[in-house]
Amino acid sequence: MALLEIQNITRMFGGVCALNGVNFSVEQGKIHGLIGPNGAGKTTLLNILSGMTPPTSGNILFSGKNIHMLPACRVASLGMARTFQNIRLFPAMTCIENVIAGQHLIASRPLLPRLLQLPSAWRQDHEYEEDAMATLSRVGLENRAQVRAQSLSYGERRRLEIARALASRPRLLLLDEPVAGMRHGEVSQVAELVRILAGEGMTVFLIEHNMSFVMALCSRITVLNFGQVITTGSPDTVSRHPHVIEAYLGVDKSS
Amino acid sequence: MDLHHIFTQFYAVYGSLINFIGINSLLAISLYVTLSAGQLSLGNAAFAGIGGYTAGILTMYLNVPYMVALCAATLMSGAVAVVLGFPVLRLRGVFLAIATLAFGEVVRILAINLQITGGAEGLTPIPNKTQAWMIFTALALVGYFMAVLRRSRIGWSFASIREDETAAKAMGINTTWYKTLAFTIGAMIAGLAGAMSAHLNYIITPGEFGFSAAVQLLIYNIVGGTRIWYGPVLGAALLTALPEILRGIGVSAGPVRMGVNGFILLMVILFLPNGLVSLFSRRKD
Repeated sequence: MALLEIQNITRMFGGVCALNGVNFSVEQGKIHGLIGPNGAGKTTLLNILSGMTPPTSGNILFSGKNIHMLPACRVASLGMARTFQNIRLFPAMTCIENVIAGQHLIASRPLLPRLLQLPSAWRQDHEYEEDAMATLSRVGLENRAQVRAQSLSYGERRRLEIARALASRPRLLLLDEPVAGMRHGEVSQVAELVRILAGEGMTVFLIEHNMSFVMALCSRITVLNFGQVITTGSPDTVSRHPHVIEAYLGVDKSS
Repeated sequence: MDLHHIFTQFYAVYGSLINFIGINSLLAISLYVTLSAGQLSLGNAAFAGIGGYTAGILTMYLNVPYMVALCAATLMSGAVAVVLGFPVLRLRGVFLAIATLAFGEVVRILAINLQITGGAEGLTPIPNKTQAWMIFTALALVGYFMAVLRRSRIGWSFASIREDETAAKAMGINTTWYKTLAFTIGAMIAGLAGAMSAHLNYIITPGEFGFSAAVQLLIYNIVGGTRIWYGPVLGAALLTALPEILRGIGVSAGPVRMGVNGFILLMVILFLPNGLVSLFSRRKD
């Protein structure tokens, strides 16, 4: 069953056509990769999916509901969470505060019981804090809970951003280059985490340039070039597809 | 001399200063609310003016009880903030500051030209109803509200928007709604402070709530620090008391005092970028 259906999405920036009639679907519970050379329109597509940028034309169905005209906060409330290519954490907050802030959609934290100092409010706070701690340990940052996000290393920031996205228990997780610039060991940690999340039934859609990461992890891959889908398929078929090889390596003129 | 006597004498000398500290603290918090959601508003002085005029007109012309007038002033400022907020909060950063500044000018010019506000000379005599305990009760309640708000869903949303508005949206936070809410809560507190101030001073004039007052509120926040609600209170208390302190140590009014004011602001920005509150903060980073 397709959780996300992208139908004929086109996006123009002035005269530039960033995406041209993009069609593919993301299956429920699968890890779906989006690859393509720089400037292919991958991040633009992710911004359209998450409601940050409206498409010029086309439809997006998220579990059967048309979301292409919804604002980002409504899309998120339907169960879609994302990370950003250029990491957008809350720098002055600690790690655990970042995750607690990320619980916005699942935590009501009403004001009135707090004003009246009802114990239920503090109990609730405590529960959400434990929940946030559990989310932090999923990405291996439980020892960094009280450290401010701005003092984290690059790889830790990427992981914290994933933790914050997980905090709202999304059905679909969009990751924009989750392992860019990470060391080898960190890459396999993130791969393991994504695999576990998919095993729990979460659908993951990710953009990544690290080919071994994408090939090993994704069950389906869509290749984008100059705003158009070249092909969608399993890692094997995609990596043998002549147009994909051409997009990445160029045409062999000697033959 | 018994303690009560000392207190009465102290209050006779410094009473008006203490009251001004309270009012200015409320005004500083009003801007703090908006800043805590990452929005730089220079309209809070104008909201105080709206509150002051609303309450003054109600008590002078309609003999409305003081408490009712305070509530009406608070609601009036809040209502104007909702109407103003939805369009102007689309602007970010300095553009929002300019738009709210323009709003402040509109309020000032209206106050000068309307009959009911008493024109350029101001509205007077407004019955003197505000007492110190009322100001500080209001300050305590507002402070408590801010302390509690911080850990509520609203407080977390404000903080998220302040830190990164785009990321906040992606997390499902309706940024337009929460920004308008911050703007409105701030305006309501400003309206309350303005109403109390009008009933303390017998008079309210259009000039009181102009550009310099708007900037003054921002300076309270910068000097005090905007990480926690009592930061602006510290800033307001210090800067309101400063002229008196300087008079006490023999610095006369005029350019020297302005210079000392500026010097303190500069020192705080250079050495305490998070404001006076960072002196009490245990977190070192």
